[in-house]
Amino acid sequence: MTENPNREPFDEVEYRRRQRSRANMMAWMLGGLAILFFFITIAKIQIFA
Amino acid sequence: MAQSLTHGETALPADWRDLFALTKPRVMSLVVFTALCGLLAAPVSVPPVLAFASILAIALGAGASGALNQWYEAGLDAKMKRTAGRPLPAGRLDPQTALQFGIGLAAFSLFLMLFASNWQATLLLAASILFYVFVYTMWLKPRTPQNIVIGGAAGAFPPLIGWVAATGSIAPLPVMLFLLIFLWTPPHFWALALFMRSDYAAAGIPMMPVVAGEKSTRRQILFYALIMAVAAIAPWPLGYTGALYGWTAVILSALFVALSVQVGIRETGDADLMQPEKRLFAYSIAYLFILFGAVVADHWWPL
Repeated sequence: MTENPNREPFDEVEYRRRQRSRANMMAWMLGGLAILFFFITIAKIQIFA
Repeated sequence: MAQSLTHGETALPADWRDLFALTKPRVMSLVVFTALCGLLAAPVSVPPVLAFASILAIALGAGASGALNQWYEAGLDAKMKRTAGRPLPAGRLDPQTALQFGIGLAAFSLFLMLFASNWQATLLLAASILFYVFVYTMWLKPRTPQNIVIGGAAGAFPPLIGWVAATGSIAPLPVMLFLLIFLWTPPHFWALALFMRSDYAAAGIPMMPVVAGEKSTRRQILFYALIMAVAAIAPWPLGYTGALYGWTAVILSALFVALSVQVGIRETGDADLMQPEKRLFAYSIAYLFILFGAVVADHWWPL
């Protein structure tokens, strides 16, 4: 097989930037959800207590 | 915004901003607001964290519907100027990622709703997502000019879900709010379709102006605006809301009908700038925001 000459060269900086940005976003979201689930549980306990 | 999808042999990971754009954030803002109004107008008090989680679940459900809609319509979006820059038609995101993101988000929104509120609201949320994706996007939209009339039901669910998340049951007022959005959708979207007609025609989507022509669409905008106005004012004489909401509905609906009359009786040439249609479209968004705000204000601070 021959390589496509029109293909853009692999940009590792962009690749790492996207990985990092998604990892950061995921970390914030998981942290936020953990806090949200904790407070939902507390609220539910108070309702059913 | 993100660059193209592949670099060399390696696919780039999707940029989170493109995933966020899949959720149609601007549509989501109206969904969140109407759902919040439905929840706040309910005659029970909900712990703030549960209210927040329920609204978040509705927002995520709406985002999932938007993502699955964009996944299914990527080919159509590429043909329309208004949507060609979206992540999928622009080639910044691969369809498989969009599909997995949409399904995952839908599942999580239902889980969150069940955890934070009740199964009745979860069932309604599931129904609204399925209705939007299967009934509206896949079935109605490519087949009939009545697509947004029936499909409008999908956008009408949020205040009903908000209310049911708070109370666990359906009551006349949220059903009337459902009806209000349902009847508001045709004049809102047909006003847009009138000034985006060539876009829809290019994509082969049978929107009313493309299929039935401008004149018929204008008459139908006027017709729906009139019955929408009746539906908007109805909760007041029926005793479900007070005078604050009632007078707001009367004044805003009168203006809505006046703008619809302008659009309804007009005839345009090729070079027309479509200002009345653009005005009606912009006003219709403000109309819904203010009217739903009035539902809450009337409940909390009745005259």
